[in-house]
Amino acid sequence: MDAVAGPAWGGGVAPFTANTKKLGMWLFLLSDSLTFSTAILAYAYVRLASSSWPRPFEIYPAIANATFLTIILLSSSLTMVFAVAAAHRDEVRKAVVYIILTAIGGAAFVILHLGEWFRLFAEGVTPWSNQFTVNGQPGDPLFGGTFFGLTGLHMLHVSIGVIYLCIMAYGFGRRKFNADHVEVSGLYWHFVDLVWMFIFPMVYLMSVNLNVKS
Amino acid sequence: MSTHEIAATTHHEVGTKKLFMWVWFWLLALTGIEVLLAYLRLEPHAMLILLVGLSLIKSALIVAYFMHMRFEKIGLFLVIVPSLVFCLIMILIFVFPDSVRIVNMQTIHM
Repeated sequence: MDAVAGPAWGGGVAPFTANTKKLGMWLFLLSDSLTFSTAILAYAYVRLASSSWPRPFEIYPAIANATFLTIILLSSSLTMVFAVAAAHRDEVRKAVVYIILTAIGGAAFVILHLGEWFRLFAEGVTPWSNQFTVNGQPGDPLFGGTFFGLTGLHMLHVSIGVIYLCIMAYGFGRRKFNADHVEVSGLYWHFVDLVWMFIFPMVYLMSVNLNVKS
Repeated sequence: MSTHEIAATTHHEVGTKKLFMWVWFWLLALTGIEVLLAYLRLEPHAMLILLVGLSLIKSALIVAYFMHMRFEKIGLFLVIVPSLVFCLIMILIFVFPDSVRIVNMQTIHM
């Protein structure tokens, strides 16, 4: 199957000279990006409509932790790029090591993010309640709902990604999967990274606890 | 899955290790700028515009280089990106006017 040598449309085998698995993943990511877009827009709308939206995130530990999470995700994306390149060069061992490093980054992200969640639980913020006060008034309970909804949806994607990558490392190491499968799993992983590039500023940085004039 | 099926499609090397390291460096640098903006106590609307702008640059870097879109046929880009932008514009058309109404009705607390 020579997908790249044919015309731009290869009779359904290689549309746009991309294999069908890759096109399928791109189309899935297109729909998933709309899911996240509407979730983020809903968050922004609810926040704008509220007059008692809390700003609970101190520079330390919350913002420092979220920044560290961003660095972990970006670095795991880099190792995934190297994994895909190694897979296409047929350097199986190298590719598997890079995929496992990526999965470790993802697992670290989930563990550290859960730590952040439990800190908020301890401070009285849950998906249905909010103990933070704003100017002496009770904070908007929708803060918890939108925060845990958005970050939870993202964390679900990261967790699925870690499982996906573990299966990929095993399958590619055993030669059950080929480099195209690794590349497609890479697309999914980079998308998870991309979504965090919006959640981090919108949810965390816009809610830094500084005495900002409003 | 039989063994003949596991052969990958032939693949041309896209991008160098150095290029991807640079992209990673710039993504980290832009993240640093975002955190700095949060620290500078900017006015919320200015901060929102700057943060969304920086996020769009970061996502474009990820899609173009990490997801290899820059090295794909233009057809794939035209199938994926314009439709996403169109859908987002359609959503925003309905959200924006109501957001303006809310801003005019309530004290903004961002």
